[in-house]
Amino acid sequence: MNAEPLRLKVGLAEMLKGGVIMDVVNAEQASIAEEAGAVAVMALERVPADIRREGGVARMASIEIVENIMRAVSIPVMAKVRIGHFAEAQILEALGVDFIDESEVLTPADEQFHIDKHDFNAPFVCGARDLGEALRRIYEGAAMIRSKGEAGTGNIVEAVRHMRSIVSAVRELSTLDEAALLQKAKEYRTSFELVAKVARDGELPVPLFSAGGVATPADAALMMQLGAQTVFVGSGIFKSEDPAARARAIVKAVTHFRDPGVLLEISRELRGAMPGIETRMLKPEERLQERGW
Amino acid sequence: MTVDATSTDSCEGSATPALLVGVLALQGNFDSHRLRLEALGARVRLIRKVEDLAELQGVVLPGGESTALLRLLDPVLREELTRRILSGLPTLGTCAGVILLAKQVQNPVQESLGLLDVTVSRNAYGRQVDSFIDSELRLTLEGRNFMRQCCTEDTVGTSMQEESLLEGVFIRAPRITAVGAEVEVLIARAQEPVLVREKNVLAATFHPELSERAKLVHALFLANVRRCS
Repeated sequence: MNAEPLRLKVGLAEMLKGGVIMDVVNAEQASIAEEAGAVAVMALERVPADIRREGGVARMASIEIVENIMRAVSIPVMAKVRIGHFAEAQILEALGVDFIDESEVLTPADEQFHIDKHDFNAPFVCGARDLGEALRRIYEGAAMIRSKGEAGTGNIVEAVRHMRSIVSAVRELSTLDEAALLQKAKEYRTSFELVAKVARDGELPVPLFSAGGVATPADAALMMQLGAQTVFVGSGIFKSEDPAARARAIVKAVTHFRDPGVLLEISRELRGAMPGIETRMLKPEERLQERGW
Repeated sequence: MTVDATSTDSCEGSATPALLVGVLALQGNFDSHRLRLEALGARVRLIRKVEDLAELQGVVLPGGESTALLRLLDPVLREELTRRILSGLPTLGTCAGVILLAKQVQNPVQESLGLLDVTVSRNAYGRQVDSFIDSELRLTLEGRNFMRQCCTEDTVGTSMQEESLLEGVFIRAPRITAVGAEVEVLIARAQEPVLVREKNVLAATFHPELSERAKLVHALFLANVRRCS
C-alpha cells in the first residue's frame, strides 16, 4: 500500500495531459487507438452512442472485454463503473485497470452517494458540469475531472458550456474574500479548505479534461483552447467513417491546438464525422449529464 | 528566485544570463518541467516544431506515453532533435523520455531514438496500482563525482548535502535492465539504475518534476547545460 496514493493518482493524470483518451469496445479498436497515438483507452461494452440508441441498463464492461483490451495495448487502460457502484470499482481495481471512470454514461447504481474514491489505490476520473460538482468529486477523491458534455451525441455544445462554467467559476473564486469563499463553499456543498485552495492556486488541484461530444479535430482544439488539458473521445472515432485517420488527426490537433495551419492540414484529409444529435431535442430522461449531482 | 551574480555555476541552477532550455511539449507533463526549470532560473521554450529547437542550450524529454510521443514526433523534428543530441546538446529524459532515448526498448519491443546506451523495459513494475514513491534515493559515488564536475566547490557543500536523500515518484515506470560501458549510474535503487548519464544525456526513470525533494536532478541538468555552454 502506498503512503501517498493521491499524489500517484494525480501523477498519472498529469502524464496523460496533452493526449487523447479513446473509447474502445474490443482489442482491435484498442490497437488502432494505440497505433494512432492515444495516451489511454477507455474499455467499455458499448460506446455512448449505442447505449443511447439501445437503452437498457448500462453496466461495467464484461471482464473478458477489459482483459482482452489490457492484453492488446501497453498504454493505460481505463474502464467505467456506474455512479456509486463501489463493488464494480473494487473488481476493476483487482483486475489492475489503471484509471476508473465513475460515469454518468452508465446507469447510476446509487441515488445518494458517489463512490468514496479515497478507499482505492486506483485513480478515478469523474464528470462535472460546473465547479461545485467538480469540487464535490475531488473531495471524494477524484484524481481527474472531465466535463460531462452530452456523451454519444457528437455535439460539442454541452462540453463547451461545462468547460466555460468550470473555468470562469475558478477565475471568479480568485477574486473573492474569505467571507465570500465561505458562502461559495456552502453553495457548492463542499469543504471551505478545498474552495480556498482553488481560489489561492487559480486552478483545480487535479487535471481538468474534456469529454462528451468531441467528433472532429476542430472540436478537440476548441476544448483545449477553452482550458481543457486533454480530450476524451467517445463515440466520435469509431462511429465515424474513417476511425484510424480521425484518431490520428485528433491526437495531432490536441498537441497543435493553437496552430490553425496544422489544424487545417489534418482536417483536410478527413471524411464523414459521426452523425450528430441536436441536444435540445433530447427528452429530459435522455440527458445523461443530469445523472450524478 | 533572486539571481545572484556570484553563483553563476551554482547547482541551484541560478543563471546569469539565464540559460535557454527547451522542453518537448508534444504530450505529457511538460508544464511541470517548465515550472521547475523556471524556478531554478532558466528560460524555457516549449518545443512542438523543429523551429523551436533553434538556439537551445539544453533539452528535456518529459514523461507521458512513449507510444503517443513517438507518433507525435514528426520526421523533421525527430531528425534535428537526434542530430542536436548526438552533437552534444545537454539532455534530460524522464520516464517516457528515457524510453525515447534508449537504444533498446522491451515489453513490448518498440523503436526509439537510440541515443542512450541502455536497455529499458516498459511498465516493468506493473500497472498503475503498482506505482510508488521512494523517498530514500541517494547519489552513488559516480553520482557525487558527476555533481562535483558540474558544480563549484562552495555549492557542493550546501545545497547538495541538504538534498542527499531524494524522493523518486515512479508512475508506471520503466526499468533500466542493462547499461553500456560508457553509462554512469548516478542513482541506483535496489541495485537497479534509476538515474544514469552517458556523456551529455541524463536520464531518470522517475519523475523529479513531481517532487519538491528531487530538485537535484534539474539542478544537475542545468549545471551540465552551463558547463557545456
